[in-house]
Amino acid sequence: MSTYTLPNEKGHFGIFGGRYVPETLMKAVVELETAYKEAKDDPDFQSEFRRLLTEYAGRETPLYFAQNLTKYAGGANIYLKREDLNHTGAHKINNAIGQALLAVRMGKKKIVAETGAGQHGVATATVSALLNLDCIIFMGEEDIKRQALNVFRMELLGAKVVSVTSGSATLKDAVNEALRYWVANVDDTHYLLGSVMGPHPFPMIVRDFQSVIGQETRDQFKAAKGRLPDALVACIGGGSNSIGMFYPFIEEEAVRLYGIEAAGKGIDTPFHAASLTKGKPGVLHGALMYLLQDQDGQIQEAHSLSAGLDYPGVGPEHSYLKEIGRAEYHSITDQEALEAFQLLSKHEGIIPALESAHAVAFAVQLAAKMNADQNIVVCLSGRGDKDVDAVKARLERGLES
Amino acid sequence: MNRIEQTFQLLTKTGRKAFVPYLMAGDGGLDCLADRLTLLEKFGASAIEVGVPFSDPVADGSAIQMAGIRALKNGTTLRGIIKKIAEARKQIHVPIILMTYLNPVYAYGIDAFIFDIQEAGIDGCIIPDLPMEEEDIIAPKLHEVNIEFIRLATPTTPLDRIKQIAGKGRGFLYTVTVKGITGERSEFAHDLYAFLKQVKEVSSIPVLAGFGISNQEQIAEIVEYCDGVVVGSKIVDLFASSRLRELEQLVSIFHSKSNPF
Repeated sequence: MSTYTLPNEKGHFGIFGGRYVPETLMKAVVELETAYKEAKDDPDFQSEFRRLLTEYAGRETPLYFAQNLTKYAGGANIYLKREDLNHTGAHKINNAIGQALLAVRMGKKKIVAETGAGQHGVATATVSALLNLDCIIFMGEEDIKRQALNVFRMELLGAKVVSVTSGSATLKDAVNEALRYWVANVDDTHYLLGSVMGPHPFPMIVRDFQSVIGQETRDQFKAAKGRLPDALVACIGGGSNSIGMFYPFIEEEAVRLYGIEAAGKGIDTPFHAASLTKGKPGVLHGALMYLLQDQDGQIQEAHSLSAGLDYPGVGPEHSYLKEIGRAEYHSITDQEALEAFQLLSKHEGIIPALESAHAVAFAVQLAAKMNADQNIVVCLSGRGDKDVDAVKARLERGLES
Repeated sequence: MNRIEQTFQLLTKTGRKAFVPYLMAGDGGLDCLADRLTLLEKFGASAIEVGVPFSDPVADGSAIQMAGIRALKNGTTLRGIIKKIAEARKQIHVPIILMTYLNPVYAYGIDAFIFDIQEAGIDGCIIPDLPMEEEDIIAPKLHEVNIEFIRLATPTTPLDRIKQIAGKGRGFLYTVTVKGITGERSEFAHDLYAFLKQVKEVSSIPVLAGFGISNQEQIAEIVEYCDGVVVGSKIVDLFASSRLRELEQLVSIFHSKSNPF
């Protein structure tokens, strides 16, 4: 019996979530909610979604026992859920497939999306190509510089990439522009939001589509060990890979859930993205959630070496899980993530995305404090090819410059 | 009776349309706010919308975005704005309506915010990211102290919902003229007037049109179908470039003798 049934009818997780959007968008979010409810109960929709996850995205992804990393950490066993092996190289494709199918079902022929690291943009452009949808991606100017290769990928896939120069020119500003675009084009356009944020029903929809990660992990781990893992670790920007991993375990109180935010240059400096650790509740992009903001309620810029974690808020469900104490949230600095990036490459032959390297760094610390008969599963949300240039440059010029 | 209701009763009685200018508080420095309010009243504003700058204004186009950035760079805060309005209130007689995104209010503390704006003599609030579904966070409390919560209707809002929205208010219904964000438009959708007419039919309170309206010709056409207009981006630009003569012409549109309205 399931007792965790959030969000409620209004899209609230406790005080968090909701639909704080301009009236122009209300019709679209209500329409989306109705369409999703129908699709959820439609076996044809679900089987098409599963078919594309299997045949197109390459699921299920392996659950891999990282023996060398386990030995290095010297404690609990570390397993990696290999979302990096998905088509397009990250978990983002799970949600992109689901929402694009939903857009087609609603008769919308155009897709708008935001992207930070470019992974969601690539996934969205990919699925748009597959399903013959027009695709426009808003991306911060800063991120375009950091992720030039992903910009080219999106264009190759037929998407139009629009550079966003307002504000901090990163993910939050890309969301602003995507929302403005959606307000003006709501009749024929679906906003394919990439994380568990934004107005209801997005946090619920994205969670449901991403929960394939946790569901597979559960089945795979049970098949291998006959029980559940002791801890799950996942990185958090907006929070989609982590909620996808956590959700099927929320009612398993014995499984500890660790969400890892980006501490950037340190959480006691102004240069981090640790919304849950250092922020306070507020309203941005349609939802009430933990936010980095000043005392007057102006949103502050987030900072992280990894573009995908560079967001000043965190999804409403994570905000709620923190509030009720079900999940624990910690942070990892740029420096620690860079070390983990190299560590996993050298010890396991797996180059992780910088985002995922935050989770790996924390898992190594956590494993050392646990016993050898305990088990941790890390969500390796993406592969690191996109970050190789940036890491190279960073290592060459040294960390402090 | 609230000052906004009084204003509209008088306008109805005299057969006049409402002109509501919007300005961004703190653009040009918060010290000029009182003078600008006085000027707008002198030019003939029926009420004045005072914008609160926010870092992430998703409903606004570039003119108001840039004005907001300038205001924030000047160190403008919601607290500072309320204080300036309180000081200016005795010399301004038209209704003052605060237009703010929710987060600055949430950070201020909703109860403290309502207490302070009531003290300052603010008559209404527009919160563009607070639709009917979430308005209970603040609207009932504003109502209790006789401050109007001004709601919006848009071209994507179904008619029965417009009726419901209008039925909740006592001030006016802010009717958005475009599917889009604020900012000047050279032309409007061909079905705008039909839309305004429908809104006017179902609305129990006065209907003001806003978003994209920037010149006298547009205003002359639009007020055929509603009770007045809100003009934002254009006013912001005229203040920023100190074109006060043009500002006067625009704001005084319903007062000049040569004008039939």
